[in-house]
Amino acid sequence: MSIREIIEWAGVILILLGSIMAVISAFGILRLPDVYTRSHAATKSSTLAVLLSLSGTFIYFWATENFISVRLFLGISFVFLTAPVSGHLITRAAYRSNVKLADISTEDALKEVIHKKEQD
Amino acid sequence: MINIILTISLSLFCLAILLALYRIIRGPSMPDRVVALDMIGVNLISGVAVFSVVLNTHAYLEVILIVGILAFISTIAFARFVERGDIVEHKRDY
Repeated sequence: MSIREIIEWAGVILILLGSIMAVISAFGILRLPDVYTRSHAATKSSTLAVLLSLSGTFIYFWATENFISVRLFLGISFVFLTAPVSGHLITRAAYRSNVKLADISTEDALKEVIHKKEQD
Repeated sequence: MINIILTISLSLFCLAILLALYRIIRGPSMPDRVVALDMIGVNLISGVAVFSVVLNTHAYLEVILIVGILAFISTIAFARFVERGDIVEHKRDY
């Protein structure tokens, strides 16, 4: 087994780990009770999944064909920058449009702040 | 062996997309559906990357950038639609 094959296997195993993380975050989006916890599952863990699988692809192409793909690198950095921004935006829009929290959640710290702002 | 592992991971990404599709159909509110749609975009990016490894070609790597940009912009537009009721605001004349 040469060093090239070992690096190739490392890329393939990174891709497999990324797909397992994607399935775990899909179960999170299926099982969690309300939209805020669901957006937690969808944003954070699927960012990790796409990061793992795209870096696995990057390492695979680097090992097999000596090809360093700038497009893959741009894709990794773009997803890593924009996934938290879009998660924050959609969660803020859900809170502003009065989507209810789950029944088991105990504290809503933002409610008092917004109501105080409305009273002033 | 590598081909078997890549096929397994491709089918796991498809399973994740199907589970998110269930949330889109079922989801009780509009932001639920948008979160699931964003997740479908992210899984589609990874699926395209694995697919280009399976076929051993570079031709599909542009698709990753395009789908990423489209998913981000559509999530922003949906957030604005949920929050304010319209996407492009017109100037009102009083």
